[in-house]
Amino acid sequence: MATIELNIYNLVNFQSIPPDWPGGFWWHWLFFTVVIIGFVLTMVMGVIYIERRGMARMQSRLGPNRTGPFGLLQPVADAIKVLLKENIVPDAADKLIHWLAPVVAFAPALMIFAVVPFGNGVLLADLNVGILYVVAISSVSTVGIFMAGWGSSNKYSLLGAMRNVAAVVSYEIPLVLAIVGVVLISGSLSLNQMVVAQDVPFILLQPLGFLLFFAAGCAEINRSPFDLMEADSEIVAGFHTEYSGMKFAMFYLVEYAEAVAISAIIATLFLGGWRGPILPPWLWFVVKVIIVFFAMVWTRTTLPRIRIDQLMAFAWKFLFPMSLFNLFITALQVLAGWPTELVWAMIIVNFAVMAILVLVWSKLFFKLGRGRIEV
Amino acid sequence: MAVRTEPFVLNMGPVHPSTHGVFRMRVTLDGEVVVDIEPIFGYLHRGIEKLAEQRTYTGIIPLTDRLDYISSMSNNFAYCLAVEKLAGIKVPERAEYIRVIIAELQRVAALLIAVGAFLNDCGAFFTPFLYMFRERERIVDLFEMVSGQRLTYNYMRVGGVSQDLPDEFMPALRKFMNMMPRFMAEYDRLLVQNEILIARAKGVGILTGEQAINCSASGPVLRASGVKWDIRKADPYSIYDRFDFAIPTQTTGDCYDRYRQRVEETRQSLHIIRQAMEQIPSGPVRAELPQLIRPPAGEAYAHIEAPKGELGFYLVSDNSIAPYRCHIRPPSLINLTALRDMVRGWKIADLIIIFGSIDITVGEIDR
Amino acid sequence: MTVSLSGKEVALKIEGEFPGSLVESSQENLVVKSDHLLDAARFLKETDGLDFDYLNFVTAVDYYDHFEVSYMLSSLEHNHCLTVKTRCYDRENPVLPSVVGLWQGADFQEREIYDLFGITFEGHPNLKRIFLWAGFEGHPLRKDFI
Repeated sequence: MATIELNIYNLVNFQSIPPDWPGGFWWHWLFFTVVIIGFVLTMVMGVIYIERRGMARMQSRLGPNRTGPFGLLQPVADAIKVLLKENIVPDAADKLIHWLAPVVAFAPALMIFAVVPFGNGVLLADLNVGILYVVAISSVSTVGIFMAGWGSSNKYSLLGAMRNVAAVVSYEIPLVLAIVGVVLISGSLSLNQMVVAQDVPFILLQPLGFLLFFAAGCAEINRSPFDLMEADSEIVAGFHTEYSGMKFAMFYLVEYAEAVAISAIIATLFLGGWRGPILPPWLWFVVKVIIVFFAMVWTRTTLPRIRIDQLMAFAWKFLFPMSLFNLFITALQVLAGWPTELVWAMIIVNFAVMAILVLVWSKLFFKLGRGRIEV
Repeated sequence: MAVRTEPFVLNMGPVHPSTHGVFRMRVTLDGEVVVDIEPIFGYLHRGIEKLAEQRTYTGIIPLTDRLDYISSMSNNFAYCLAVEKLAGIKVPERAEYIRVIIAELQRVAALLIAVGAFLNDCGAFFTPFLYMFRERERIVDLFEMVSGQRLTYNYMRVGGVSQDLPDEFMPALRKFMNMMPRFMAEYDRLLVQNEILIARAKGVGILTGEQAINCSASGPVLRASGVKWDIRKADPYSIYDRFDFAIPTQTTGDCYDRYRQRVEETRQSLHIIRQAMEQIPSGPVRAELPQLIRPPAGEAYAHIEAPKGELGFYLVSDNSIAPYRCHIRPPSLINLTALRDMVRGWKIADLIIIFGSIDITVGEIDR
Repeated sequence: MTVSLSGKEVALKIEGEFPGSLVESSQENLVVKSDHLLDAARFLKETDGLDFDYLNFVTAVDYYDHFEVSYMLSSLEHNHCLTVKTRCYDRENPVLPSVVGLWQGADFQEREIYDLFGITFEGHPNLKRIFLWAGFEGHPLRKDFI
């Protein structure tokens, strides 16, 4: 047994397992698998509650407040409702793809959490290429979404899926480039190492990178104002128009699981992950995830949606050049040794650089017609 | 490399979140670009014009409530004006003022919904819509005081209004009028400078002035295209010649202008209400009329500036208790004439907001 | 105040341009022969001083022996209006010329009249039933429809 363990261990190339972990590899694996599934499902319910209540407050209404204390059981009631609903599959649908799509979309959303640390070394797999793994896995969801769009044989679904693919392909680039800045400073691709390196939260060292990542991340997971893949006022519900019952619930779950995942990545990369005084690390982590998610709820309630050509223009003409600038400046600063020696200087310089770049480039962007493509 | 593409037909509606009722468009798309559209009506056709031929003149008023159900009071008003014109009925002074106050409140309520729904179509997830509903709710409360109803008011009568304003109405109205400017400022703060809204709506779906006139567009749609034509000024009905108000116009006639136009008109309406509140006299609210009105044989057309445009009633009488013919000029239907020219070449997302910016109610289109 | 032009005065102008095109005229309106409708409409729209550039509405009334179609025209420039009527005596297959070429606003309204009265408008680009479905029998706003 020991040799097999060792082989798998070498195969997936863990950097380290906490030495004091009882029971070895399989117990570690089992424990964290259960914890991650439990964590994601609870968090999804939690953030759905937060989103509905928060949005309701922002829209001067009450939101769910009848089921359980403060309406806390509303997500449970919703879950039971969708579970009991009839599963309707269109006649013309490609049955196998239609059935498989929610699963393909859902699995990656869970898998992202394999490398997210809940505490120092408290994670399923401390991959030495952790962030690369996140980027790679998160784009697999797109396949599921495209399968849903294609398999439903509905024109709205197809339009939504096409939009999603176009958006994800474009936004992946600024997303990765924004991460590279963090990687340069921390000197590691492992998420745990990145948190360990964050004596100062990277949001201060990488303010521009944070904004770029937040915007690109919102686009990646279809959050407003980039939610045009499921724009309810245009294409009904986009790729999940033809889904009902449990399969719809899966997509609903994917949507929020991805939101939680992106919030968790942002919290880990830019907000110092599990680090924080007094409270236990996992609680700090959860609090930070919720703060980031709340910011997403905020943008969702505030901003109208942009159009598909504007979405593309925003990725290629605004986020992409900005992330290149960010990468270049960060590289220079790392070469000069600022992150270790002149941290405060770096914070001030980077905030100034961010302000100037955003202002100047947005002026230029508007001059180019806000990325509008005349037709 | 040229990719061979093929246009495809998308059936938008009759059940679709953004078609404001049961309205259907057959959209021919080339990818995301709209090549052609064909609006298809009739899903809410109740034959109100035919029903009206079998009812007494008073009995038609509830039917008019169901035309543009967002602004029932305006419909009541236009219909009563037409009957009064046909039968030569004089309306008491106080009733005229009540009608103007109510009609302008109704305009504010309807324009708030129009703006909110437009922003909803832009993808602002219900926030502006619910903000605007908050104020509409207060107006509906006022209407409930006078008529006991919250949607189909059935308040105005031929020769006046059904009953006088209750005592609590004026204080409540005054309170509302004091609150409203603050809310209007709030909307402007949220929306006027909103980059995404400007990017989405500016320059989209332009309707030129000449085209608007040729298509018989009316109301905010016409004025947003720069045509200064408001029936309240051009052909003052009721007592609108006694009030001082401006006709705001915009220049380009794009979606953003239509949105701004509605907001500006709301301000003018509030201005009119303020004047009417000061001038309102006391006295009877309903002319002495027989139970069954028998207008002399003939025909009359009365039109008002409803929130959506020129709402007119063309009545033909044969001196019986029911009209021989009752034609309704629906602003929603006629404003849609230009839709096809406005959306061709734009994207689906633009189609939705152009359609939203015209502001229709299907109850009025299909009648 | 929108001035309602006297039908008699306008009738004189039209009669001068197209003799024999009118049936009758009164203070309120003028009735044009249906085969001269387009000429008269174009004259009203394009003559200086009349400039009826805005079509308020088009509607029809069924008087059993004939259909009367009314066009209410306005001029936004001069702020005056005029009701022009035309009559159609054929009950089985009533035909009128379409004015969509002059005022695009007539588009849906003529389709509505076609749908509910059964009057065909020649020259209309897309004359289909508008509210009722294609196979519907009869025209509901006719007086002999139950």
